[in-house]
Amino acid sequence: MRHHLILRVITKILAGTIMLFAFYVQFHGDYSPGGGFQAGVILAVAFILYGLVFSVETVQRVMPPWLVHRAMALGLLLYAGTGVAALLLGYNFLDYAALNAHDPEHGQELGILLVEGGVGITVTAVMLSIYYAFVGRTPVIGDEEW
Amino acid sequence: MSGEAASGALAGHGAEAAQAAGKAAEQAPGLMDHLPALVVLVPFLAAPLVVLLGARRLAWPVTFAAALFSLAAALALLSQVLGGAAISYHIGGWAPPLGIEYRIDAANAFVMVIVSAIAVAILPYARASIAAEIPARQHVLFHALFLLALAGLLGVSATGDAFNLFVFLEISSLSTYVLVAMGAYRDKRALTTAFNYLLMGTTGATFFVIGIGFLYMSTGTLNMADLAQLIAQQPGNRTIHAGFAFILVGMGLKVAMYPLHLWLPGAYSYAPSAVSAFLAATATKVAVYVMLRFLFSVFGPAYPFEASALGLVVLPLALLAMFAASFIAIFQVNFKKMLAYSSIAQVGYMLLGIAMLSQTALSGAIVHLFNHAITKATLFMVIGAYVLRAGGAFYRDIEGIGRVMPLTSAAGVIGGLSLIGVPGTAGFVSKWLLVQGALEKGWWWLALLVVASSLLAVVYVWKGIEVAYLRSPRDDVDRREAPLAMLVPIWVMAIATIWFGLSAEWTVGAARTAAEALMHGASEIVISGGVGR
Repeated sequence: MRHHLILRVITKILAGTIMLFAFYVQFHGDYSPGGGFQAGVILAVAFILYGLVFSVETVQRVMPPWLVHRAMALGLLLYAGTGVAALLLGYNFLDYAALNAHDPEHGQELGILLVEGGVGITVTAVMLSIYYAFVGRTPVIGDEEW
Repeated sequence: MSGEAASGALAGHGAEAAQAAGKAAEQAPGLMDHLPALVVLVPFLAAPLVVLLGARRLAWPVTFAAALFSLAAALALLSQVLGGAAISYHIGGWAPPLGIEYRIDAANAFVMVIVSAIAVAILPYARASIAAEIPARQHVLFHALFLLALAGLLGVSATGDAFNLFVFLEISSLSTYVLVAMGAYRDKRALTTAFNYLLMGTTGATFFVIGIGFLYMSTGTLNMADLAQLIAQQPGNRTIHAGFAFILVGMGLKVAMYPLHLWLPGAYSYAPSAVSAFLAATATKVAVYVMLRFLFSVFGPAYPFEASALGLVVLPLALLAMFAASFIAIFQVNFKKMLAYSSIAQVGYMLLGIAMLSQTALSGAIVHLFNHAITKATLFMVIGAYVLRAGGAFYRDIEGIGRVMPLTSAAGVIGGLSLIGVPGTAGFVSKWLLVQGALEKGWWWLALLVVASSLLAVVYVWKGIEVAYLRSPRDDVDRREAPLAMLVPIWVMAIATIWFGLSAEWTVGAARTAAEALMHGASEIVISGGVGR
């Protein structure tokens, strides 16, 4: 890819823009189309594009596989943890009204923001780990191993 | 229990919130009120926690603690509902039928006790077993997947929402596909088997969700209790008939109903030993529970389409399973495969109990869920110990192993006797109830067939005993008893097999209450935790 100057320059410009767009979709998810799933995929696209143009090793220096695995778990914990927080505050599991006792609707908004954040983190991580799994595939199984 | 009438659902939003806030201040729901959610949630949360911690030494204690918690919670829930009541928990505070409801009655509390008890029994065993079968770098992921499978199975049991059930079914299935594939470190055939299982399992899940879609189309609800009411109002609806058929076939695949069983022998044979034991004891049992729930609670024996479907389709297939699968089991040369075919035959007994459409037979089927779970867990754990010491589960690998590993093999014999249904073992109790159910209906031929198929079990169990005891041991066999960490769980299960065969009051009592709850609904519904909006 060394001589693909245009590709490299455009990728560098686009990667940041794509990430920004991902956050736009993420934070508008609670009152317009979008949300954690879509934002997560878009954010992962920025990394995957970077990986395609500048090699997997380069992108794995920014986003090492161990971090991707941890992020997968972290997002899920953020989602479920929001539910558990409501439970600990004396409400039912996932009842976001608990997050703001004075104004339940603000609690709901905060709850959905946190939950969508968790979804976004997990989806990004899962997309990346699928990409890593494909590009970093181990050699096919030899005949003698069967 | 801070129970409150569901009429709160009608109150205005602001007033309701204020009321809920006031209630929270004066009497906050305690841990006990959230048990219906926590029983699923704790293993579900423990799974990402294990991955996040990432330390191999911490993975097992966290997994075991979560499974123990689930067992305690399931037992507490069962003790609350054995009187005939049902507990309803509103997720997110949204009242059913709009919100997702967890509804615990005797039937699903009993299934949750089975699943979590088996998990608790198998985990200490798994620790020793997977150390030999799975490379150390995968142990963290193994535990995370085990927890997800456990949480999925518990969730399928706990939920009272048809679509939520599908989601949990997928959570448990997807994790079991990977768990089965982990057998590839010992035998590469686990990969093709897992892929086969993935295709068949996904087909089953797809059929199931299409069926749910048809029901939703005609009724506009996904809540099971609500579905039951609305379906009863439109008995001639063709869409609902189609939905019924799709659900029956979909769950038939998950249950391994005879001609839809092809995924099972491979999955049980090539999975890591601990996974085989866990799957054999829980996964099909939970699928049978789902079938029970849909056939008896959602559709109900009065549903006109059902009696003919059960009588003309499920009953013959159950009989076919009892004989054909037992017959195939006789000719196996691999211990695990033999047990897998025996599982298909045993599922036949459960389906038989379902198809008879009587309360005695149904309690027979439910008690067989429990008895077969402990029996098969014992046997698969014994085979796992053989695999560890002899390096394989083929008959030629374990010739004469009864003399080399007397303690393990004795437990295996107990499991085998229970599989046949010898009096004094757990297997006898459930077969006795099934025979009783058949005689109650005057179907003496069916009672005879149950006994006759048990004779086939005698043949394949004897073949196993002959291989293990009456042949001379091979010289290259590692001449040691299984490690203590495996022996103790094996014997706990073996003793349980005898215990529940001799004192069957608890299991049969619970199964009768469960059958009652499935066929006639709960006597009262207690809302647990905060009240829904």
